[in-house]
Amino acid sequence: MAARSIWNGTLRIGRRALPVKLYSAVEDRTIHFHLLHAKDRQRLEQRMVDPTTGRPVAPDETLRGVETKAGAFVLLEKDELPEPREEDHEIEVTRFVPRTVVEPAWYDRPYYLGPRDGGTDCTALAAALERSGRVGIARWTMRKKEYVGGLLPGSGFLVLSTLHHAGQVVSAAELPRPAGRDSAKNERAMAEQLVAALEGEFDPAEFHDEYRERLERLLEAKARGRRFAFAREKKEKRPDDLARALAASLARVKRGREKISA
Amino acid sequence: MGARPLWSGTISFGLVSVPVNLFPALRRERRPLRMMTREGVPLERRFACPREEREVAADEIVRGYETAKGRYVVVTDEELDKLAPRRSRDIDLRRFVDRKKLDPAYFERPYFLAPAPGSTKAYRLLAEAMERTNRAGIATFVMRGKEYLVAILADDGILRAETLRFADEVRTPRMVGLATKGKPAPREVAAFAREIAKLAKPSLSKAELEDPAVRAIEDLVAKKRKKGIKVVRASKEAELPEPIDLVEILRKRMAGAGHRRRA
Repeated sequence: MAARSIWNGTLRIGRRALPVKLYSAVEDRTIHFHLLHAKDRQRLEQRMVDPTTGRPVAPDETLRGVETKAGAFVLLEKDELPEPREEDHEIEVTRFVPRTVVEPAWYDRPYYLGPRDGGTDCTALAAALERSGRVGIARWTMRKKEYVGGLLPGSGFLVLSTLHHAGQVVSAAELPRPAGRDSAKNERAMAEQLVAALEGEFDPAEFHDEYRERLERLLEAKARGRRFAFAREKKEKRPDDLARALAASLARVKRGREKISA
Repeated sequence: MGARPLWSGTISFGLVSVPVNLFPALRRERRPLRMMTREGVPLERRFACPREEREVAADEIVRGYETAKGRYVVVTDEELDKLAPRRSRDIDLRRFVDRKKLDPAYFERPYFLAPAPGSTKAYRLLAEAMERTNRAGIATFVMRGKEYLVAILADDGILRAETLRFADEVRTPRMVGLATKGKPAPREVAAFAREIAKLAKPSLSKAELEDPAVRAIEDLVAKKRKKGIKVVRASKEAELPEPIDLVEILRKRMAGAGHRRRA
């Protein structure tokens, strides 16, 4: 069963308007727990309490405080807080920049954009984006929050990925390179050899969230009233990459020795 | 003052050992808005049982997973501990891959890996080799009871770790009901190419990425501070975490590490 879209909007690029649906490209698989009262397994309610009196405070009696560097709070009334821009369901693209301008670390959550009217505009735009090597910079308001995002092609479809806000991501350019004397040529060659020895492809499907899988098995056993064996975690068998690399370097050493003794 | 790293470990592969300290690469979105009483006391979160109509203490609380409405499977901290991966300080580097082939859709959270004091040589060699060969490392490590899959990237001589989503957490277009209906018409593609060209710019300014709500709050706070309006000193009971300048800390770590001299 296909996942449902979570939001509808209109993607605006210059004078073009594409009616779109937004789909999350990420599936939350976290196992969520509720806090229960041990005695009667009642689900607990959360409340905000004044620690000096121990009494709960009603939401309309609260203020918001922003901490200042001086160790104080500036208090704000709820109606002083800025209102987000009206949710007009418009995704406005203001510019297209070369892909390399947007650093991978700036990306936050990806979404797919699909056609609301069943047309081919989305895939045509994705193809044009792919060819241009550019990413669109877009703004929209969704669920009372303002977002900024990158519009890019993904496997022939349109992907809109939210971006972290300005100044949130510390970039390597802001930091000094670790100091030290320059490395020697043979040291650099050796480092590159080591990198090459572990060369391979990355298939995400190869890796599993094993902790989550163990937890799921535990929950299933408990739900069925079965016992669960907490296995002593075995040290995983190392994949052959390392063994191969070591064997290769031993073979090289052997060949070297043979040459000398000849 | 230097904030301590989130975690410390050693990038390990073969006989290679590079000790590092992990720091987050994301600053807080904005200064958090704490709920306060009208007198300026920060509120605290408590939990209450609706049936007994009272707050419950920590030792009266258990964790439950809802299997059906109102039905729970209880899991204790002890059991969660037994399931947790074995504690280790190794960042197990499994392989090096072509950096360009990594899909940012898999990236979750960014961290910086600063060299541990006194060990910049191996760090620099590794970072430089990765940069020269355009390779990223794929590694696993355990932090705070959780196992993470990360990509290790080198830029400007500095190593970064990006946690990766697992394959079953990323949806393919088909899983959301999107399907290709053959190649798009060249005329349509060309029309969009023209729109892209009209809005093409070489770069991006920080202002483009700003959150207007953050700016509005900062302005409001500055105005009130100046006028001394509604500013309260935190009472001694309230625990105020020291504001952290992440970049300053990282700068000190990157620069300071190389200046240590053995006695």
